[in-house]
Amino acid sequence: MKASISWLKSLCPADISDDELVSRLTMAGLEVDAIEPASNIFSQVVVGEVVSVSPHPDADKLNVCEVTDGSETFQVVCGAANVRTGLKAPFAKVGGQVGPDFQIKEAKLRGVVSQGMLCGADELGLSDERDGLMELASDAPVGESLDRYLGLPDAIVEVDLTPNRGDCLSITGLARELSVLTETTFNAVPCDAVSPVVDDRFKVRLMAPEGCPVYVGRVIKGVDITAPTPLWMVERLRRSGLRSIDAVVDITNYVMLELGQPMHAFDLAQLSQEVQVRFASSGETLTLLDGKELTLGDDILVIADAEKPLALAGIMGGEHSGISESTRDVFLESAFFDPIVIAGKARRFGLHTDASARFERGVDWQLAERASERATALLVEICGGQPGPRVTTEEPAYLPAIREVELTHSRLRQQLRIDLPASQVSGMLEALGCEVAETTQGFRCKAPSWRFDLSIEQDLVEEVARIYGYNNLPVSLPAQAVSMAPVPEAETPVSRLKHYLVDQDLQEVITYSFVAPESQAMLGDGQVGVRLANPIASNMAEMRRSLFPGLVDAVRHNVNRQASRVRVFEMGQCFVGTDAGLDQSERLGLALYGQVDPVHFQGARDVDFFDLKGLISGVSQLNGGPEITWTPATHPALAPGQTAELSVDGQVIGVAGRLHPKWAKSLDLPKPLYLMDAKLAPFLSGQVTAFKAISRYPRVSRDLAVLVNKAITWADVRSAVASVNDSRIRDVQLFDVYQGPGVSQGMQSLALTVSLQDTESTLDEAAIQEVIEAVVSVLKTKLNAELRG
Amino acid sequence: MTELQRIQDEALSAVSQAESLASLDEVRVQYLGKKGLISEQMKTLGRLPPEDRPAAGAQINVVRDAVSEAIETKKSALEQAAEDLALARDAIDVTLPGRPRAVGGLHPVTRTLERLNTLFASLGYEVATGPEIEDDWHNFEALNIPSHHPARAMHDTFYFEDGRVLRTHTSPVQIRTLMSNEPPIRIVAPGRVYRCDHDLTHTPMFHQIEGLVVDRDISFSDLKGTLVMFLNRFFEADLDVRFRPSYFPFTEPSAEVDVQCVMCEGSGCRVCKQTGWLEVMGCGMVHPKVFEQTGVDTSIYTGFAFGMGVERLAMLRYGIGDLRLFFENDLQFLKQFHG
Repeated sequence: MKASISWLKSLCPADISDDELVSRLTMAGLEVDAIEPASNIFSQVVVGEVVSVSPHPDADKLNVCEVTDGSETFQVVCGAANVRTGLKAPFAKVGGQVGPDFQIKEAKLRGVVSQGMLCGADELGLSDERDGLMELASDAPVGESLDRYLGLPDAIVEVDLTPNRGDCLSITGLARELSVLTETTFNAVPCDAVSPVVDDRFKVRLMAPEGCPVYVGRVIKGVDITAPTPLWMVERLRRSGLRSIDAVVDITNYVMLELGQPMHAFDLAQLSQEVQVRFASSGETLTLLDGKELTLGDDILVIADAEKPLALAGIMGGEHSGISESTRDVFLESAFFDPIVIAGKARRFGLHTDASARFERGVDWQLAERASERATALLVEICGGQPGPRVTTEEPAYLPAIREVELTHSRLRQQLRIDLPASQVSGMLEALGCEVAETTQGFRCKAPSWRFDLSIEQDLVEEVARIYGYNNLPVSLPAQAVSMAPVPEAETPVSRLKHYLVDQDLQEVITYSFVAPESQAMLGDGQVGVRLANPIASNMAEMRRSLFPGLVDAVRHNVNRQASRVRVFEMGQCFVGTDAGLDQSERLGLALYGQVDPVHFQGARDVDFFDLKGLISGVSQLNGGPEITWTPATHPALAPGQTAELSVDGQVIGVAGRLHPKWAKSLDLPKPLYLMDAKLAPFLSGQVTAFKAISRYPRVSRDLAVLVNKAITWADVRSAVASVNDSRIRDVQLFDVYQGPGVSQGMQSLALTVSLQDTESTLDEAAIQEVIEAVVSVLKTKLNAELRG
Repeated sequence: MTELQRIQDEALSAVSQAESLASLDEVRVQYLGKKGLISEQMKTLGRLPPEDRPAAGAQINVVRDAVSEAIETKKSALEQAAEDLALARDAIDVTLPGRPRAVGGLHPVTRTLERLNTLFASLGYEVATGPEIEDDWHNFEALNIPSHHPARAMHDTFYFEDGRVLRTHTSPVQIRTLMSNEPPIRIVAPGRVYRCDHDLTHTPMFHQIEGLVVDRDISFSDLKGTLVMFLNRFFEADLDVRFRPSYFPFTEPSAEVDVQCVMCEGSGCRVCKQTGWLEVMGCGMVHPKVFEQTGVDTSIYTGFAFGMGVERLAMLRYGIGDLRLFFENDLQFLKQFHG
């Protein structure tokens, strides 16, 4: 809502500076977003009258004019097309100023002396458009300072209203608020009844009283639509951000700004038989004032006549029935439309109008008659015409009720920690327009008809706090909690995981949760992710099912910017359709690309599968985390032969491997990229240590080299050794894998260290031999392994 | 010159001429070995009359000790020289770069959230989370935002065909917490939120952190005190904080919180649009409708809630001028937030 401060002060003559006014409104919840001057700075600009115009001897487009300020005449060279004898226009005298940098001096233009300047509205900062000289009304007093004539200087405040304060979408509303805040009197706009001159009426039928319980209509005959809108009104409209259209429309807009009542003027000649306020029939059409044709649904409230819809009630008028140059008789509408019926409808048609903004938030339902009187008076004054009687059609049962709200002293004290005298509280509430009765407990208030946001006790608490000043309220802290928060030791904190990865030289990234459906298709599982109905862009249309697409994007972004090594991770919700519904649990993603370590003069190597696997193993060891089983697997996004499925306790939790070279190539990644995507929860499941006695006897180890078929995996070997099931075997480690000369084709040599320790005694050579032979024998039987010489 | 004297002179000369530990050892064997020249001298004692043997033996011992000592001295000198040589060979340029052990870093949003969580944890708040795809009831209805409510227009909502939404704020976590926990409640709920808006100052995804306190006798003053303390701790500065009335459907009274501009200390700059104030969060007393929806007894309990944008706090804290950087994941940006 834009408001001229001088207009505001005409209703609430608060003696405060503009800065103070901005601060008061803002601190009362009517946030002033901007304040700007209503015009350029200018001085010594008066109402001038052009006395004569003759062509410039040496320039086609210039005229030499005589301009009077009422006492003196000046020769002025002027280039505007609309300059003419008798025109009244702003005249900047020599020595004056127009705009911050322009001093008016006597000058020669193409050899002719010019003593001052006739001004356009744009030069004075009164319009954004360049449109020749500003034409002042023919009755403008020649010689009067333009400042005084236009009510300048003035400033415009732009108030960013919250949706609950529809009552402040008018100068009246803002002025009423300002008067409470500054304890200044509020001068309501006079809306005296206009006596009818003719008895013309037009029938109104309320066929949907739940949407429109009161409709004030009035016929005004013989209106002169060509009458110019007075400058003061044009200026006030302009300062509120509205352009002048024609006098009738300007007047309805003016009353809307002044009082907050949106109004509509129909061309009476276009109305057939009666006005009906009803819901549209599904499929009915209406062409709006802006030429747009709408197809209506049956929840759309319309103003119709006997034949067809004329206007979207409370939103916008129709083309057919609006005021036009041929309009003679006007039917003026001033009505109350229910906020719930209007809400959301404008948006549905891609509209946002001054009327809909107000009706959606709630217009004072007791205002329609006064607004009708005010508009009629202005119309008759400006456009002439004979008003008919004001006709109010209403269904009182459907009118909003006056809400009674109780406010207790104890609630006020408890919530705000202040103790105000009852008279002060009731004074505040009364100033806001409430009818207040004091009770033993506190106050019983009747909320004013313009405040749709006062319905419960807390609303009144807020009003008192607002007027008292939020910043004047005391400050305290809630009493400390009486219980200790549980600290489940077996749950690994997410931050522990994150910090571990950071310490392993990984950078956390945060990528969008919605991705391009194509990039998700590379997951290749045939599933389709959850699609947004209204994505912001086609490449942000599908909810991610895996962290791969985001991670790959992040790697690519950096590789494209010359990063030679990219090590990143992300944690976040993914959205996976399952038989049990949508699983939106958190996942952990890792991506390793380029050199393992930063460049060093002794050399560096690129990451490979085992760097990724080692990292994942590290993560899984945090806080005694899960034992992960790695199973060779295939995945459409990953390279065959370098892909593994990760599982914990037999449940697949994710996948890890090298990005398939075909994807790497299409993404312009010259080096291999290693990726993991897995459920986060298993990694967070640690354990509380259960102490086991340590052995006081020495640990011994024996190295074995065995020849096995290449198809035998290390996992096979490990599980074979484990099947010996001898508690003295503490560990088996692989320290060499060899294929080549000395090992026959299709075979591999695995070198392992078996560590042995007993808790009861020192192992002697015989015992050691016994265990090692058991291991060798198991490897032979299960894996056909041969001991190497 | 006696034979013994000659052997000593020769031995000492050989010792001094030895250039390696090996040649020195040869000298040792030659003179002091079992069959060495000095040992051989000992064997000649038997040929002397018994009364002369002690004196002659003593003379031989003197020579043996002198040679032995010379050898030891020479040995130390040679060892020292060898060690010096080895050290000289192993000398390196200690200014060469170390074998790198780089450290990664947390995203500034996470870093900020961790600080926020820590600050609120010290006041007894626990962390709560919730799903990002929410139903209409949790995201709107239960928060007193019915479908016709104008406040819905403030949330540019992402929808799914089935009517669910991407949560537009972290406030549904309030609802989930109130539904599943009995007061007293003190939680913070950090997480991703979504609005259908993408321009210089808006990303369609961003982060919020929500706070909720429900207990007996919670007041607006408690809310003010909590947030003033929080902002001063977060920015590590004694900043002015002001509360302005505002409107949220799920709180009443409601307030916006402004902090004195951290960039210009309130004197007015581009960041605070010359006002000296930065709007950093919204807050208020939990609306009775929210308690009604979630079954909290309003005759016993009151509460407050607050919410703020994490990127905004991070931008102010670290002086980041462009919101879009947060989700480009450019390492040049991310690496500035040290691990």
